[in-house]
Amino acid sequence: MKSVTFRIWRGDVTGGKLVDYTTEFSEGMVVLDIVHKIQATQANDLACRWNCKAGKCGSCSAEINGVPRLMCMTRLDMIPVEKPVTIEPMRAFPSIRDLVTDVSWNFLVKKKIKKFKPRAPDAADGTWRMQQEDIDRVQEFRKCIECFLCQDVCHVLRDHRKHDEFIGPRFLVYTAALEMHPLDTEDRIEELKQAHGIGYCNITKCCTKVCPENITITDNAIIPLKERVVDEFYDPLGWLWKIIRPKG
Amino acid sequence: MATPYETFEYDVLVIGAGGAGLRAAIEASAAGVKVGLVCKSLLGKAHTVMAEGGMAAAMGNVDDRDNWKVHFADTMRGGQYVNNWRMAELHAKEAPARVYELEAWGAVFDRTKDGKILQRNFGGHKYPRLAHVGDRTGLEMIRTLQDHGIHQGITVHMEWTIVTLLKDGERVVGAFGYDRERGRFKILKAKAVVIASGGLGRAYKITSNSWEGTGDGHSLAYHAGAELLDMEFIQFHPTGMIWPPSVQGLLVTESVRGEGGVLRNKDGHRFMFDDIPDNYKSQTSTDPEEGWRYTQNDKNARRPPELLTRDHVARCINREVKAGRGSPHGGVFLDISWIKEKIPNAAEHIKRKLPSMYHQFMQLANLDITKEPMEVGPTTHYAMGGVRVNGDTQMSSVPGLFAAGECAAGLHGANRLGGNSLSDLLVFGKRAGEFAAKYAKENSAGQISDAQIEEAARQAIEPFEYGAKAGGSAEGPYQVQHDLQNMMQELVGIVRREDEMSRALDGLDKLWDRARKTAVYGNREYNPGWHTALDLKHLLTISEAIARSALDRKESRGGHFREDFPNKDAESGKMNIVIVKGADGSMQLRHEPIPAMPDELKQVIEEMK
Repeated sequence: MKSVTFRIWRGDVTGGKLVDYTTEFSEGMVVLDIVHKIQATQANDLACRWNCKAGKCGSCSAEINGVPRLMCMTRLDMIPVEKPVTIEPMRAFPSIRDLVTDVSWNFLVKKKIKKFKPRAPDAADGTWRMQQEDIDRVQEFRKCIECFLCQDVCHVLRDHRKHDEFIGPRFLVYTAALEMHPLDTEDRIEELKQAHGIGYCNITKCCTKVCPENITITDNAIIPLKERVVDEFYDPLGWLWKIIRPKG
Repeated sequence: MATPYETFEYDVLVIGAGGAGLRAAIEASAAGVKVGLVCKSLLGKAHTVMAEGGMAAAMGNVDDRDNWKVHFADTMRGGQYVNNWRMAELHAKEAPARVYELEAWGAVFDRTKDGKILQRNFGGHKYPRLAHVGDRTGLEMIRTLQDHGIHQGITVHMEWTIVTLLKDGERVVGAFGYDRERGRFKILKAKAVVIASGGLGRAYKITSNSWEGTGDGHSLAYHAGAELLDMEFIQFHPTGMIWPPSVQGLLVTESVRGEGGVLRNKDGHRFMFDDIPDNYKSQTSTDPEEGWRYTQNDKNARRPPELLTRDHVARCINREVKAGRGSPHGGVFLDISWIKEKIPNAAEHIKRKLPSMYHQFMQLANLDITKEPMEVGPTTHYAMGGVRVNGDTQMSSVPGLFAAGECAAGLHGANRLGGNSLSDLLVFGKRAGEFAAKYAKENSAGQISDAQIEEAARQAIEPFEYGAKAGGSAEGPYQVQHDLQNMMQELVGIVRREDEMSRALDGLDKLWDRARKTAVYGNREYNPGWHTALDLKHLLTISEAIARSALDRKESRGGHFREDFPNKDAESGKMNIVIVKGADGSMQLRHEPIPAMPDELKQVIEEMK
């Protein structure tokens, strides 16, 4: 067996430090396996979140050698192990303890977005009809596992701390899934521009790069939403049409 | 000194926020009562999120011969007739409405050509019946419930753990727990409590379950005086990953076989054709070509033997491996890549139908499932047994205590059909929420004695006291958990024998002694060592219940296979095994005759034979 040193951030909201742990590893192991091994044998109180260990729940987000990733989907053969591997919590959120951060802000943001409002059912039995090609895009967005890595890497949140004015890529994707849902009748364009701060995104695509579900966040979700905002608020012809169009 | 704690008051308290818990909370809230929802993880991370294949509901969108009667008969046949027939009936009748309801709340299922919800084939289901979204149906379901639920006025306490239920006389009137973040104690008073805590797979070494599956709900209910039913019936899912070792147990969805995947041994032989049980012979194809046509929705074709029930497929795999015909890492081969012989663009087709599986194998095993076969073997997946409930109301034998989802027993009998779990969560989650709200309206809040709270707090703190006394030399919780998992895997696993299970019961006594003295260090803030120490009590309780029930059922049926009693026994098929905590605190076991089925249901089963 080969050995590896993990340099893990230990601490809480008042501060902390990187602590080295050296352990052995075998073929196919992922970063989360090593963290668990350290937890079981060297540091019983090492705090980390995890659930499915299969990239499906989005709980074990961390910064591995500075890159936001899921610990369960990062194999040791994907990263250099000759020198210490740094494991830090997501830095865009306040620390709770060790690798666990306070992500509650995300849950508050979601609640502010207007919920799904379907049109009346299409069939007499109360069901709807949709074609597969009309839902492919929405299904892409609904793959999101809410790991919040996109929020972590977004400079508007991470560096500029605009948590009060900008909902971040995760919730732009969420809004896009609702707006592009074939059955939805709600209008979220006004709030996107005002309260949800879509204008802050300057499409650097960092979020797309870290998405473990490979959702094309910027191109497929954010840019089309930006276009809708532009059409609604900045298109002079459209604006004129809204005034003169026949009512009813 | 009185223990400091924070108190919350609800009409209905729901413990667990997977599919069943969320659905129960939504229903109770809709009934106009005040609802609290507690979950061990963040909201939306519960084990439901891992469900892959789909939810079974006889909507008949793909094959219009399907209806509730066929679904009912399939469920009973799959469960080997020891199911709670009332639950199987309600489940089959109500599942379609629950699926449509999800669509009304924003779920986006895959579609048929005429725009309806698409349904896929699954083991033991006669017709294509599973509403699905690729192979990430659980995520779709939990996210839909979560996104709907957050607007329903439910108070959600994330990352809280319940340690014990609180009682007023015979009634459950609340729960005692702590928040994981700060480790502070919480008292949750409630007129009715719904347990929706999921499974117990973490009692075993090889499991598809996450850390949360420690049987908390089963154990909480048991210690509060509720009856547990059918605890011997554990489902070992036939296809878990086996390589690399760190992913051992991780689920490979049955949809792989539903989409045409086949099982082969090391000689390339499709061994599932070798052993087809009598009660499935008429429905199962003996011709590979016909089996393939079935997976491609040919209504006149019968299903391939790979889609027999999970208990049977798991045992066949076990047999191949033991006979030395297994794959290099001790499993068998599951191959979907072969369909390239049958359809053009097979690689794209596989990626579209099984995106998570493609992703999972690519990332974790460096294996492209569109080109190579997977190596798979059985993994502990699901507890058919659990809290004994009334089939209509989901109330347990303790007044005010309800249970729904995996932690409740009855629907699945001796073996659960794939896809019947997600529908179970919705159908009985809703019912539990509805009847818990009704109960809460009809009953006033109970009284909780200080002594109960002090005792619960004392027990919760104990591991730290051992830690302080031992000064670093005492055993931590992880080694005890590890030894328990190895022992259950070895002695009460997929193939069982009397002498091994008796050894397991002795082993459990010793593990209890060790668990009682487990030491924890550090402080109470987000301390996983402490959390693991407290979970041990649940794991040991349910392990004992499994071992005692399994020792007592002297036959083989569904998920329970006895090497020393390899056949079904007609008399044993007429009873369920009930476990209850005796007055002296010891575990008591009794046989309960299965109530006679009404004639109209008997007739349905006859018609479907």
